Amino acid sequence: MSLRGIWAVFRKEFRENLRDKRTLLSALVFGPVISPILVAGLVQFSISHAETQSDENIVVAVTHSENAPNLIDYLSARGVDIVKVELDETAARSAVMTQTHKIILEIPADFGARLQEGQPAPVVLYSDSSRGFERRGVGRVRALVSNYGIEIAQLRFLARGIDPISVLPISVQEIDVSTPSGRSALVLNMMTYLVLLSMLFGGLYLAIDATAGERERGSLEMLLTSPVPREHLIYGKIAAAGAYMLISLVLTVAMFAVAMSFVGLEQLGITANLGPAAAAQMVACCAPLILFGSAYLTIISAFAKTYREAQTYLQLVITVPTLPLIFAGLLGLQPKLSLMFVPFLSQHLLMTTVVRAEEIEPLHMMVSVGSTLIYGAILTYIAGRLYRREALLG
Amino acid sequence: MLEARGLVKSFGKIAAVRDVSFSARDGQITGLLGPNGAGKSTTLRMLYTVLTPDAGDAFVDGKSVAADPLAARRAIGVLSHGAGVYGNLTARENIAYFGELHGLSREERGARAAELIEMLEMQPFADRLAKGYSQGQKLKTALARALVHRPRNVLLDEPTNGLDVMAVRNLRKLLGQLRDAGHCVLFSSHVMQEVDQLCDEVVVINGGKVVAAGALADIRAMSANSQLEDAFVGLMHDDGGEGQ
Repeated sequence: MSLRGIWAVFRKEFRENLRDKRTLLSALVFGPVISPILVAGLVQFSISHAETQSDENIVVAVTHSENAPNLIDYLSARGVDIVKVELDETAARSAVMTQTHKIILEIPADFGARLQEGQPAPVVLYSDSSRGFERRGVGRVRALVSNYGIEIAQLRFLARGIDPISVLPISVQEIDVSTPSGRSALVLNMMTYLVLLSMLFGGLYLAIDATAGERERGSLEMLLTSPVPREHLIYGKIAAAGAYMLISLVLTVAMFAVAMSFVGLEQLGITANLGPAAAAQMVACCAPLILFGSAYLTIISAFAKTYREAQTYLQLVITVPTLPLIFAGLLGLQPKLSLMFVPFLSQHLLMTTVVRAEEIEPLHMMVSVGSTLIYGAILTYIAGRLYRREALLG
Repeated sequence: MLEARGLVKSFGKIAAVRDVSFSARDGQITGLLGPNGAGKSTTLRMLYTVLTPDAGDAFVDGKSVAADPLAARRAIGVLSHGAGVYGNLTARENIAYFGELHGLSREERGARAAELIEMLEMQPFADRLAKGYSQGQKLKTALARALVHRPRNVLLDEPTNGLDVMAVRNLRKLLGQLRDAGHCVLFSSHVMQEVDQLCDEVVVINGGKVVAAGALADIRAMSANSQLEDAFVGLMHDDGGEGQ
């Protein structure tokens, strides 16, 4: 069977949409430019914020600091900037709420006396836990104050001839590994999600225009009177949408590689592997999905009667294939053979492997590529069948 | 040569075409006349292979539209109802695209597009994008597109809808030229004057059936008055006025 018709339709759709602002914006600008900048910006923000949190001194306002000069010296020696203030309880509460002071330490007048009598000496720490960024500072102040208490206790035991070690039966060593790996997983998830979404968006308007748009303009009927088998017409349109998806995919991955090179990823505990080789591998992982994606979008928009209707469907439907990614993120799924049969999920897992600078299992890659292409071929065939139905004319 | 034999087509419970048979000969303009909803468009759409008949068949130069739609399509040029053009292509590209779909080589379709642009006097706008075209310019583009492969048979569905007087006059002239060149021209209309001025043969359709067919003069003669309009109204009345 001659493929001349498919080629003619492909070339015409490709050229016509090259002159369409909406298609160009969604294929070349929205996905490829905006999403990498957004992600890089977010990552940069969280890095710079993490840096300031651990390095900067904590500022604490202390009321009645004269009641505990030793405690104040202890704190200042450990990276706490003391601001002396005179506030009663109400004033302290409102000062924290209005963020005049972020953390306030109140030392009651009887602090010194109680300490000397060997009674628990209270201090009051005011903070606003709804302000997430301040939480760590409060934690540090609390830890410092209780450490000061432990040191006093140890001195008291020593004075009574008791080994202070014996009253500390358990020592907890905290090793926090969750933060860097958790954050990097989030960044990676976001990146692969946006790569896949941006790829789909690249072909979105062409898919709509070539089906619902063509019918709405009234040119479909004349197209159907040309001596080209109807399924060839739709194959050409799917190919054209796929070409835009490929452009969008390549640009998005390239832009991610460029944008991320400006970001200090290693500070998040990610061994950044987004060089040209990794980018090429990412494109290779996703490319088989193009047939699936463009046939999928074309089928959905072929059901719509008007451009607007198709647009409404697709904006909803375009997120459906990316749902497995959200589950993958929540469940922390690792690449395994059975998951390679799931389109979008397998591409996500493979891309994540590439970015982590790990080896891709050849069998995984083969199953992902093979199964995705088969699903794509099935959807393309269904689209061809749909175009042979009379109901297509609406 | 176009021929309809016992065409039947329903959409769900609505019987759009109940029984339509007629033939349109080469070198003649045949008008498919009937009120709105009479089944004109459905009949044409079966002839130009977009719809498949429930029963009966139609033939384009002897080729069955049901059995070999691709062969039938090669022999027809179609101007469908409200024929749209591709707004982001120029008229020349619109024409060449259809040339390509019809299997013309790059040189052939370029030459043919130039020829049609000259014939339809489209030079002033032929290389502008079609989205800014007037109704008449769009029609010329669509018509040129339909003629790009030199089809023997030309089918037009309500071609004068939305056109101004000058555009209608141009179209009339062009259809006359096609007839004189030996083409078989079939067009549908619900406007009496158009059919009166243009056609050699008339097929009157109402309620999905052919209620009269023949030379324009014969149809006129069916009414005591020689006005086609009176004959038409008379025919509609005899048929029970199913089509409004």
